[in-house]
Amino acid sequence: MTDSHTAEQIVATSFDVERIRQDFPILHQTTHNHPLVYLDNAASSQKPNQVITAIENYYRQYHSNVHRGVHSLSEKATHEYELARKKIKNFVNAQSTDEIIFVRGATEAINLVAQSYGRDQLQPGDEIIISEMEHHSNIVPWQMLCEQTGAILKVIPINDAGELDLSVYKELLNEKTKIVGIIHISNALGTINPVKEIIKLAHDYDAIVLVDGAQAAPHEIIDVQALDADFYTLSGHKLFGPTGIGILYGKQQLLDNMPPYQGGGEMIRRVSFTKTEYNVLPHKFEAGTPHISGAIGLGIAIDYVEKIGMDNINRYEHSLMEYATKQAEQFPDLTIIGTAKNKSSILSFLLGDIHAHDIGTILDQYGIAVRTGHHCAMPVMEHFQVPATARASFAFYNTFDEIDTLFAGLNKVKEVFQ
Amino acid sequence: MKDHIRELYQEVIIDHNRSPRNFHKMSDATCHAEGFNPLCGDQLDIYLTIDNETITDISFTGNGCAISTASASLMTEHLKGKTLSEAKAFFQSIHETLTNENEHATEKLGKMIVLAGVKEFPSRVKCATLAWHTLNAALKHDETTVSTE
Repeated sequence: MTDSHTAEQIVATSFDVERIRQDFPILHQTTHNHPLVYLDNAASSQKPNQVITAIENYYRQYHSNVHRGVHSLSEKATHEYELARKKIKNFVNAQSTDEIIFVRGATEAINLVAQSYGRDQLQPGDEIIISEMEHHSNIVPWQMLCEQTGAILKVIPINDAGELDLSVYKELLNEKTKIVGIIHISNALGTINPVKEIIKLAHDYDAIVLVDGAQAAPHEIIDVQALDADFYTLSGHKLFGPTGIGILYGKQQLLDNMPPYQGGGEMIRRVSFTKTEYNVLPHKFEAGTPHISGAIGLGIAIDYVEKIGMDNINRYEHSLMEYATKQAEQFPDLTIIGTAKNKSSILSFLLGDIHAHDIGTILDQYGIAVRTGHHCAMPVMEHFQVPATARASFAFYNTFDEIDTLFAGLNKVKEVFQ
Repeated sequence: MKDHIRELYQEVIIDHNRSPRNFHKMSDATCHAEGFNPLCGDQLDIYLTIDNETITDISFTGNGCAISTASASLMTEHLKGKTLSEAKAFFQSIHETLTNENEHATEKLGKMIVLAGVKEFPSRVKCATLAWHTLNAALKHDETTVSTE
């Protein structure tokens, strides 16, 4: 550790990162004979023992189907599954567990809203507003919906710092605007968007707002009521939980009026060949046997995060990011892509004319895992006129030493191309 | 520097990345194709002039990593003046080398042997083969964009 980050260390002293790291078995390994430095948390974060054990316990001790049996195992599985829903309800501060729908991930949540709410509500000529910094998952479902309904897609541009141009947003809003889809924190740039203001402006025109919170949930306190979000989506695997599980939050009144997304078991109350009655919320949107272990694992991941405290996590990550940004700014030939005033722990960058893929391959040889590419946000790359960036994204188990290792690694990258 | 890295980023590759050969658009090309690697956004265009079953001129433009740029550059250098059947045979050798289908294929690579280091980096094989797949498409007069996915 260098002397230069003493100030940040002061913040960090109240945060026992070494103890936290003990909970993450995957971090204690070497890659190409170097200790693993995992800086690809925005793509997917690692899992603490508590989550891994909870999933194992479910399969070893009480695996069975939920909401089906009267036997003890099924009762236990159902209890744990619904307990996870309650934890998530509290985590996002929803009013009711009926507003928490288990899905495969944020992507499925957005598709659910587009196909169920959007197809039901939109008329030809209606407008959907998204932004230039959206992840493909918050672009393509709306494009598909536009093709199906004749609605029109409008895009809020970004400036060169990677911030939304809200003045254009205000001009785009009108009586025809029905849906606004906006990313809470940009996975490609790190920008934290003013979603509360965006929602308020949309509501003035009676448009509903879907917030893609996949990148925000692991780093920020989420309060869907304070935001007045109509829909909020998140992915379990970015929140230290399992893959294949995610959440759609929706205001109860909206969800109540939406047609089911998929048909099958669980989502019905009564089936006959003349008429089928659908189940109540949240089950109406959970056709088939759900990802039970995933939901339980996500519940435990949320317990884990809340035990550390989102405020503590946020403060620590902020100090990590400040330290990384300072080093990045001083590093020769490095250009940071995404310099928003309000930014999360994501450092997207270019290094001279060295392609991001070459950076990624060489860093990997030193045990450093970063993401390289377009980050499923090709329009962002187009805005900055780059084919790809390298991206280091930090979680609360990352250390100041690891940031030093990253920049030492970048020096090695430069050596190769000298 | 680690040997492993040097094996991938050999001097020849660094050199061809820094100063790619035949790097220009060809307005009177007889065939052309565009290649795209959606994983990393690498994109390139290959232009060929073919006269009497022989590649009389070949060039490329585009934007990619060191491996894909060097691979395209080396390819143009090597194929200029070759017959179409020689080019196809060479494509086969490169393909078999990089996909480990034929251990003797490397013997036919000549200077292009520098690309063989990519084998050790499975996620980068597509970077090296992009130019070759695009060439293949151009020779088939296929105007659609080829993708490595």
